[in-house]
Amino acid sequence: MDIQKTIDNYINIFQKVTPELKAVDTDYVFKTRLEAFEKFRKNGIPDHNHEDYKYAGISEICSKEYEYTNESRGAVVDLNSYFRCEVEDMDTHVILLSNGEYYEKNEKIEGIDEKIIICGLKEAKIKHAAILNEYYSKQAGESNHGLVNLNTMLVNDGLFIYIPKNIRLDKTIQLVNLTHGFGNKNIFKRNLFILEENTELNLVICDHTLNNSNNFVIDVTESFIGKNANFKYHALQNEPNKSGVINSHFLKLDEHATASTLALSLHGGIIRNNFFVKLAGRYSEVNLYGLNLTDREQRVDNFSIIDHMVPDCTSNELFKGILDEKGKGAFAGRIIVRPDAQRTLAYQSNKNLCLTPEAKMRTKPQLEIYADDVKCSHGATVGQLDETALFYLMQRGINKKEARLMLMFAFANDVLLKINIEPLRKRISGLINSRLRGEFSNCSHCLLNCNN
Amino acid sequence: MLVIKNLHAEINGKKILKGINLEVKPGEVHAIMGPNGSGKSTLSAILAGKEDFDVTDGEIFYQGQDISELSVEERAKEGIFLSFQYPVEIPGVSMINFMKTSVNEQRKHKGLDPLSSGEFLKYMREMQNLVELKSDLANRSVNEGFSGGEKKRNEIFQMAMLKPKLAILDETDSGLDIDALRIVANGVNKLKTNENAVIVITHYQRLLDFIVPDVVHVLYEGRIVKTAGKELALELEEKGYNWIKEEIGE
Repeated sequence: MDIQKTIDNYINIFQKVTPELKAVDTDYVFKTRLEAFEKFRKNGIPDHNHEDYKYAGISEICSKEYEYTNESRGAVVDLNSYFRCEVEDMDTHVILLSNGEYYEKNEKIEGIDEKIIICGLKEAKIKHAAILNEYYSKQAGESNHGLVNLNTMLVNDGLFIYIPKNIRLDKTIQLVNLTHGFGNKNIFKRNLFILEENTELNLVICDHTLNNSNNFVIDVTESFIGKNANFKYHALQNEPNKSGVINSHFLKLDEHATASTLALSLHGGIIRNNFFVKLAGRYSEVNLYGLNLTDREQRVDNFSIIDHMVPDCTSNELFKGILDEKGKGAFAGRIIVRPDAQRTLAYQSNKNLCLTPEAKMRTKPQLEIYADDVKCSHGATVGQLDETALFYLMQRGINKKEARLMLMFAFANDVLLKINIEPLRKRISGLINSRLRGEFSNCSHCLLNCNN
Repeated sequence: MLVIKNLHAEINGKKILKGINLEVKPGEVHAIMGPNGSGKSTLSAILAGKEDFDVTDGEIFYQGQDISELSVEERAKEGIFLSFQYPVEIPGVSMINFMKTSVNEQRKHKGLDPLSSGEFLKYMREMQNLVELKSDLANRSVNEGFSGGEKKRNEIFQMAMLKPKLAILDETDSGLDIDALRIVANGVNKLKTNENAVIVITHYQRLLDFIVPDVVHVLYEGRIVKTAGKELALELEEKGYNWIKEEIGE
């Protein structure tokens, strides 16, 4: 299918499902759909002609046919019985999204303040409409990225978390995106995370695909991080070889807020991560970290726009990639420092290892600085394993394969050091080790010690 | 232990070694001295098995076996150790992980079981004391942020951990102050037995005050042009290399 056909197809789907969507939407949410629909018609799906998506391979994903799912379908098995699993030494609560839908049998979280809301987005539209309407699509709605518009237009469910001012949530929330059933699916998810003043949220997100379908996942997440709030987001992406994932995360930070995101792309067909960050309150700080491990013909593309809107904010970006075989990757990091955003600190680093001559990495820093009292730095490297270090290790009797693994792991290590939840770092470190060793079993690939 | 016969080697067509002959017996300490660019570091790299050089002629026998076909790690497992002139910094690889992998690979080669974590830590601490390295060594990245002296002590520490049969110390004294030099030399001397051998490559006599050689060789333009007892080192220190150049008719 060419891109135009795909676009027409989505337009047809939208027109067909409009009545169903309208029935469960708030008036406001439905209005965002109509606006997104108009924008999508204008923006379309970005292919390689679009500067920001030049290397993302969107047309490759779109060239396949998918089954659009937004209907509620009860899972055939009790998924909770499959996923009785935890990260060792970590107080987590597991929430499942089943093919993009909030799983109806998700257990209620015990021992948390009842003012905290954690539920499906669809449910939030009915039960918490006032809060939802205040935040929903307030960031994504301004986007001109066609795939974001498409999500707003068609999405039905996802995870909704609301933490009111001064309320503590001690548990880490572990979100499992479960994909199952037959056929190649087109899955849309929308997460909305609202952290009011003085709150904290730790999230771990894992993908788990129970079949070998080549799905096309289009996700949008909006995070609102209030004054003094602290948000930690860890995404472990693990999808089949021919799947496509487009993931757009919008973050808006108020005064003294901090947010750290980690995108760990362990396996996938084509993965595209977009980060749109607005540092809207003074002394806010955002940290974007990423590590991608690609081989075969996998492709990982990280794209970020960080907008320093006000003075005294800090942004750090560290993205690393290890590309083996015919792996491909791209990084583009745009940093905007607005005219009055004085005393901005912005650091960006993208380092990559290409292990074979066929592996390809493209990296592009884009700094637009309109203030004069700022510290900005950026660095990008694409290289091979250090031969002298390899020789050094081998001279101590370590065989070549092991020495290479040690160096690759060491390369990945400084991203891992950014994870400051100790048990989680240990677990992720183990995952990366087994991924680099090629010992990636079906069950080790998410954080879960599941028993299936 | 080591017999080198008529060794010729080049890199990118440039001839570096032009017929080296050398024999080292168990229990011996050999010093190789010589001016810059004479081929000292090339010789040590070739003994360790570095593939950048082409050996165009000659043979290297180690423990009676021709080692020309052995890889770097195979030679290391057979007991050849190179103390690097410039120890490599490897950020992200901890010393403990590095040494544990290394020691256990070598044990495996000898048909021994890997050391347990407890045994390993105890062993590592003992060997650290030998070269007076601080106890935080285990968790530091290999050579990263080490001072010049620490890097060299770390080389001898690794030598202590691995107990090689043949240790080649490539300018281990360069960049060391006199205290560090003493610590390094003490470490080497304590590890010395009648079964193992050491080749010390150096520019200066001062290391040889501490590690006393049985034999001193002068390497000049890819050949060993003079071999004598330890007094030769003193003579070189005093007179430089020019008299040797004159002696061989240049």
